[in-house]
Amino acid sequence: MKLRAGQSLSSPVDTTTVVVIRAPGDDLDVTCAGVRLYDPRGGEPAPEGAADPGQMDGTQIGKRYADDDLGLELLVTKPGKGTLAVNGTPLGLKGAKPLPASD
Amino acid sequence: MNLTMLLDMAADGFGERVVVGSRDGGLTAARLRELAVGGAKAVQEAGANAIVYLAVNGPAFQVALFAAAYAGVPLVPVNYRLGGEQVSQLLANHPGAYGIVEARHAEVASRAGLVGPTPKEWLAVAARCAAGPDPEPDFAETPAVIIYTSGSTSAPKGVLLRHENLVSYVLGTVEFADADAEDAALMSVPPYHIAAVSNALTNLYAGRRVVVLEDFTPEKWLAVVRAERITQAMVVPTMLARMMDADGLDRTVPTLRSLAYGGAKMPPRVIERALREWPQVGFVNAYGLTETSSTVALLGPDEHRAALDSPDPAVRARLASAGRAVPGVEIEIRDEQGKPLPPGGAGLIWISGGQVSGEYAGTGPTVDDRGYFCTRDQGRLDPEGYLFVEGRADDTIIRGAENIAPAEIEDVLLRHPDVCDAVVVGVPDEEWGQRIEAVVVPRGGGQVTSAELRDWVRGHLRGSKTPDRIALWPELPRTPTGKLIRRDIVADLTSDA
Repeated sequence: MKLRAGQSLSSPVDTTTVVVIRAPGDDLDVTCAGVRLYDPRGGEPAPEGAADPGQMDGTQIGKRYADDDLGLELLVTKPGKGTLAVNGTPLGLKGAKPLPASD
Repeated sequence: MNLTMLLDMAADGFGERVVVGSRDGGLTAARLRELAVGGAKAVQEAGANAIVYLAVNGPAFQVALFAAAYAGVPLVPVNYRLGGEQVSQLLANHPGAYGIVEARHAEVASRAGLVGPTPKEWLAVAARCAAGPDPEPDFAETPAVIIYTSGSTSAPKGVLLRHENLVSYVLGTVEFADADAEDAALMSVPPYHIAAVSNALTNLYAGRRVVVLEDFTPEKWLAVVRAERITQAMVVPTMLARMMDADGLDRTVPTLRSLAYGGAKMPPRVIERALREWPQVGFVNAYGLTETSSTVALLGPDEHRAALDSPDPAVRARLASAGRAVPGVEIEIRDEQGKPLPPGGAGLIWISGGQVSGEYAGTGPTVDDRGYFCTRDQGRLDPEGYLFVEGRADDTIIRGAENIAPAEIEDVLLRHPDVCDAVVVGVPDEEWGQRIEAVVVPRGGGQVTSAELRDWVRGHLRGSKTPDRIALWPELPRTPTGKLIRRDIVADLTSDA
């Protein structure tokens, strides 16, 4: 699927939801526990499939998972048990580089 | 992406943490969400198309900010210090709004057709309506917040801050739940200032408790910092100047780790003094505008300390800079014709990025075709990307054929050991178009004279930049957000003549 920055996506097999922070223009296969993420407000039904027991590393709320080479970055808004992956490769946890509070 | 996402995440991620008010009796993230949802339902039930907030900062403001988001309507914080007529004009832009109005402003508001609960009543309403299912907002294209800028030459314009702008700013600069449970932030800025909005969002997302001080005095601020064990604070430069200049004040702030400032120029003398007085505090200078959802450039704690102690004059100079662009933001300096200038070139500051709104009610977006917004501030970038802000383009004095930046002369005056505050303005002149005049606030007990100050300026700058007259006033009319209304100063100077 082609992703859009700002889009909210859910996992059909666990509680994970993410927001797309950055995405390339290309078609990507983005999955959680091996099953494709989908946009519940997009009108399409949830993809079928069972969670892959080998892809259950889990995610944490508020953390970003990214593939910098592809230019894909997802922010977890609700955590879950599955592993986030793109085109079969697990996404890496992005390190924090917060700025000093300035407001 | 909208603001409700930030509060939903906070309630899920650290729902039991107190995020608003004192540790005892403050609102947890989960409770803030409940009240925001309750408030949203009350607003929807009233059929309102906006929430107008006409009151001081406090928990009611935080609830209103998010209630507006859950209801899918904009929040409009209004400057209650404006004259009755100006407030009425602003309120006339929002018929059909749900009002949150402090008792002392009720009369002005009702004359403009706005009636509503006081902040305290609002919190009770929100609590009452909290039970039951979440509202189903229509996430149409309504802005999250509308803030009226204090126009320097004309009526205030409403800046439309969209959900994407604000969320973009938060996600670009804050790490979720990054704050320790012991952290606490102190805000002394009124709710109609962009920093109050962005601060509420960034602190919430970081999981940092926010305490509000409504009427700043140096004594009160220091007392609250100690009593609430504040770790982070944001002030405008005049607040820091007053704290550093006051005699016999206990300035110990053992828990304070970070102090951010912005909104106006910081006199170098004041920041240098503060850096030495509070060696354990990290100072942050933030530059930004309402139209850019707050901070676009910042000078961080390490950069402050490095500049203070550096043998390299180029590095030392950075103490007076606004720092470097925050992630996601690009800064460009352009000449009057719009051509980008290389580092070192002085011109107008243009900004682009996801957090930039540059959109006004009634006139729409003002960004150019590359997404850049013109700040109308003069400035330059050094080769390492440090931004030096030199003042509003509109404040430039045109004397004869010469353009003179008030900031250059003000900087020289502020360096004089007997000067507390200073402003330089152009006053109408038959011969020159404008002539240069200044107002200085002398240090208490100081005996400095106008003549001495004119000599001081002449000793540092060319003769043509010496003010013709320097008035000595006990204080300058700065707004609560630290800004000077220069046309008021010109009016005072010309009526005295």
